[in-house]
Amino acid sequence: MENLIALLIAAPLLGAVVLLCGGRRLDKTGHWLGTLLAAVSFGIGVVLFADMLGRGADDRTLTQNLYTWIPVEGFQADMAFQLDQLSMTFVLLISGVGTLIHVYSIGYMEHDERRRRFFGYLNLFVAAMLLLVLADNYLLLYFGWEGVGLASYLLIGFWQHKPSAATAAKKAFLVNRVGDMGLSIAIMLMFTTFGTFAFGPVFGAVGEASEGKLTAIGLMLLLAACGKSAQVPLQSWLGDAMEGPTPVSALIHAATMVTAGVYLIVRSAAVFNGAPDAQLVVTVVGAVTLLFGAIVGCAKDDIKKALAGSTMSQIGYMILAAGLGPIGYVFAIMHLVTHGFFKAGLFLGAGSVMHGMNDEVDMRKYGGLRKYMPVTFVTFGLGYLAIIGFPGLSGFFSKDMIIEAAFAKGGTEGWILGGVTLLGAGITAFYMTRVMLLTFFGEKRWQPTASDSGSAAGSGHEPHPHESPKSMTVPMVILAFGSVFAGAFFEIGERFLKWLEPVTGYSHGNPPVSAMTVTAATMVMLLVGVGIAWAMYGKRPVPVVAPRGSFLTRAARRDLYQDDFNHVVLVRGGEHLTRSLVYVDHSLVDGVVNGTAASVGGLSGRLRKLQNGYARSYAVSMFGGTAILIAATLLMRAV
Amino acid sequence: MSTLTSAHSLWTLAADTPADRIPAPTIEYAQLAPTLIVVGAAVVGILVEAFVPRRSRYYVQVFLALAALASAFAAVVGLAAGGYGSSKAHIAAMGAIAVDGPALFLQGTILLASVVAVFTFAERRLDPAAHGNRVDSFAAQAASVPGSDSEKAAVKAGFTTTEVFPLALFAIAGMLIFPAANDLLTLFVALEVFSLPLYLLCAVARRQRLMSQEAAVKYFLLGAFSSAFLLFGIALLYGYAGSVSYAVIADVVDGTITKIDPALAGTMGNDALLLMGGALILTGLLFKVGAVPFHMWTPDVYQGAPTPVTGFMAAATKVAAFGALLRLLYVVLPGLRWDWRPVMWAVAIVTMLAGAVIAVTQTDVKRLLAYSSVAHAGFILAGVIATSAEGVQSVLFYLLAYSFVTIGAFAVVTLVRDAGGEATHLSKWAGLGRRSPLTAAVFAVFLLAFAGIPLTSGFTGKFAVFSAAAEGGAGALVVIGVLSSAIAAFFYIRVIVLMFFSEPKADGPTVAVPSPLTMTTIAVGVAVTLVLGLAPQYFLDLAGQASTFVR
Repeated sequence: MENLIALLIAAPLLGAVVLLCGGRRLDKTGHWLGTLLAAVSFGIGVVLFADMLGRGADDRTLTQNLYTWIPVEGFQADMAFQLDQLSMTFVLLISGVGTLIHVYSIGYMEHDERRRRFFGYLNLFVAAMLLLVLADNYLLLYFGWEGVGLASYLLIGFWQHKPSAATAAKKAFLVNRVGDMGLSIAIMLMFTTFGTFAFGPVFGAVGEASEGKLTAIGLMLLLAACGKSAQVPLQSWLGDAMEGPTPVSALIHAATMVTAGVYLIVRSAAVFNGAPDAQLVVTVVGAVTLLFGAIVGCAKDDIKKALAGSTMSQIGYMILAAGLGPIGYVFAIMHLVTHGFFKAGLFLGAGSVMHGMNDEVDMRKYGGLRKYMPVTFVTFGLGYLAIIGFPGLSGFFSKDMIIEAAFAKGGTEGWILGGVTLLGAGITAFYMTRVMLLTFFGEKRWQPTASDSGSAAGSGHEPHPHESPKSMTVPMVILAFGSVFAGAFFEIGERFLKWLEPVTGYSHGNPPVSAMTVTAATMVMLLVGVGIAWAMYGKRPVPVVAPRGSFLTRAARRDLYQDDFNHVVLVRGGEHLTRSLVYVDHSLVDGVVNGTAASVGGLSGRLRKLQNGYARSYAVSMFGGTAILIAATLLMRAV
Repeated sequence: MSTLTSAHSLWTLAADTPADRIPAPTIEYAQLAPTLIVVGAAVVGILVEAFVPRRSRYYVQVFLALAALASAFAAVVGLAAGGYGSSKAHIAAMGAIAVDGPALFLQGTILLASVVAVFTFAERRLDPAAHGNRVDSFAAQAASVPGSDSEKAAVKAGFTTTEVFPLALFAIAGMLIFPAANDLLTLFVALEVFSLPLYLLCAVARRQRLMSQEAAVKYFLLGAFSSAFLLFGIALLYGYAGSVSYAVIADVVDGTITKIDPALAGTMGNDALLLMGGALILTGLLFKVGAVPFHMWTPDVYQGAPTPVTGFMAAATKVAAFGALLRLLYVVLPGLRWDWRPVMWAVAIVTMLAGAVIAVTQTDVKRLLAYSSVAHAGFILAGVIATSAEGVQSVLFYLLAYSFVTIGAFAVVTLVRDAGGEATHLSKWAGLGRRSPLTAAVFAVFLLAFAGIPLTSGFTGKFAVFSAAAEGGAGALVVIGVLSSAIAAFFYIRVIVLMFFSEPKADGPTVAVPSPLTMTTIAVGVAVTLVLGLAPQYFLDLAGQASTFVR
């Protein structure tokens, strides 16, 4: 069975190679091949899953050692995979949702002449992401980590003819670089501390390392997670990443890649359990991002950017849960999976809307679309209910568990974190309701698109909203099923808890209030959020041109000035630093270098005068040299 | 036998005690075959000069020289394959010549370098034909006074100095013996055998004959001077040990032999003689390798000599001289290690630094390469000082790598020409890369190898000698070596910059299209440089196997 693990990765990797190297002759069939290979990967995943269920809870981990990747004395890195319950969850999510989004893209990218290349990149992404979650050591994980970063870069900038897309891709790449540096430093620290970076040995030896070392490793891992999962302070790239095609936003920037940070933290549970300070920082980052993303999501008029803010916020929930330690690991992953369903569904819905609206993304120019796009409306609506935590749907269960876990952390910390998660739930209800109302309810507000709309296709004529083709709606329907039922399925009989507990561990914590109280409080927050949104956007007509808004609204529209902050502190600061370094380089370093060069040259010029062309002078020099040689030899004996 | 003795005893004075008769020396001809073949070919070459018609001499001589070198190399390979480099290594010819790993490795290197050098000697297409006759790099008639009518007549008649081939063969024969010499007299004879033909070869340039002759005279005077030092050193060592044999001297130094020769009762075992004699012999050898302060002949001679000769001399002499130096220090004077090491340290440091520093302001490419060879002598000395098997290995490898780079580089120099022959002034090389990208690129490869840039043989060699020196405890020496390499890199790369990033001059030189001979030399040089840089392990192993001296 374990021999199948490599095939999980090999199938999409083959697709990527064939599609990217195959040339034009694959233009007609490439998308089918890409989709098929993603589906093959999913099929293998299901087989492995069934096999895993057939074995006892303690006997479920499979390993496969393909070959020794870097065979250096004292530095062994294996091309080895480890498939346990945690990896399995990710494998099914990545290949399952991945396959659906491949199918969706067939319709969505139909008119794009570079569709083959698009599917090649998607396959590359799936392969790299599977490598990331299947690796049995940190170095191989890092390989996958960089692989998804590359795929993400290529796909954000897929429409590279748009300067905004090219810039966004570059920005995502650069910001991710900061996080990647954290991961590489963490791996180096592990190697110096434990002499290895394979999961098993590292986690086994955690007890021997000092807490300071573990905290350092933990913080570096957190930095990596922040980069990949768009957490404060490395969050700024996610909004711009929406420049990529919508299926990419759904797969990479909502359901899978951006959750890699959560995977990293949960996978490194042993390290974080030994470093409470690092855990505290993790929860703080999660809590801050949770509110940050939610506030940004409230003000955006661009439907994808609003959803991006929401993604950030939901991942904040997961990171926060992961920072809670054994109380929260399972729920972080559970929310990750349910979020994978409903957020992917929401993005696909948004893509479907854009597809029908000439690629218009401004929600203020939508309105009343429920009549024109019934399937999209229903599936998007179910995703909406799931994310706000409507009782009985996926999000309700998974988010509720996180809120409870936050309270269960105990002490002042628990109250603060619990309060933040509750507040977040309210804001989530508000901004998602706003998206829903602006898009599907109210009067139609669309007009003939002006030439400055930025959309390449079909500018200049009035959009005719229509339902999307089957290849797009079917994946949406399937994801909607997941959005509705996944949570309940996981929660009944604590299935998910029992499934993951052997890997991540679990503790109840000490909840200060009963679960019912928390649920009730969450419901209240939900109703308040929905109510405010209804009051602002449901009762009153929505202006097509956004009003100036309050200070907070304006700040949120500008992503809470994150880019301005980065510009002032990092860009300007960097420029100043560069300028002063250049100054030092010119005056000091060049001075020393040129001075040395000049003195060598001067010395050379003087010494060459000794070479005067007279054989007699040469003979004298030889004679003197010999005399010195003899004298020196004799002197050596004397001393 | 006994009857013979009795017959003789009839007319000897000491009839009762038959005098020690001089036994007939046993000579292992097969083991000396490489040298004998080359000497034989040289002698035949002289006869060719005497008897073969002038028209066909060139072809006969080139063929003879190449055939001799090839069969000598085959003999070296045969000996090495027969185990004479390792298990069967011993001292042949009544203790005069060692047949062992280092000797065979260095002889092989010298022979291979000589083959490609002879190719450049035989090149006749660089200059336009004079009076319908092809001309090479050598004077039409070396004996005629420069500018005289006799010279003009010789040129018009199409004379060529084909004597260069037997002269080169004699020099090569001497070089083959030099690193194998196992007693001081053989060492001296070998030194003279290879030096004298080189003095002559330096004097026979076709262009700028006065400069060439001046170089030859300087080389001769200074060479004779250094030979005198060497000879004096030999005398002192004989006085110290009562023998010229390496093994005996070593034993006396060790204290293994304590019997005092009555004839030398006043001097034997006197350490002052040993130290002074050793230092004087070192002087003689350091002169040949071009170490500071015995290097002053190199720039003048390198510049004045015909460029093919310069390349040959720079490569092969250095190999032979370092071979002899290694054997002297490892076989004769290991017991004196604590005396000579500090001195050699100083010599190596001064050599590396002076070579690199003075090269910075050179404006003539041949002089530049001369100073570069001085700096390289310093680098090799660093490996010599390591006094370990790794040291020997690294030096052997370095010499192999260095000879091909050097011959290749000088071969490229012969190609860049203007109306006055070779255009060696650096200013004329400006922009060469624009006009002749291939030539400039090849030269750049050689320069990078000289500079020791990775992926070239120069890097591997430098790395080997420096790591051997560092392991031998000469860390400071390595630091200075690396600093000198940095200085040296400056002037090598400056030439590359000059070739590729300067505007070509309007009246710049042209690049001659050589015959396949020179092309082969250059191609082999590039190939060896890259192979030893990219996949050096086989050759390092070979040098490692050959790193044990027989005693």
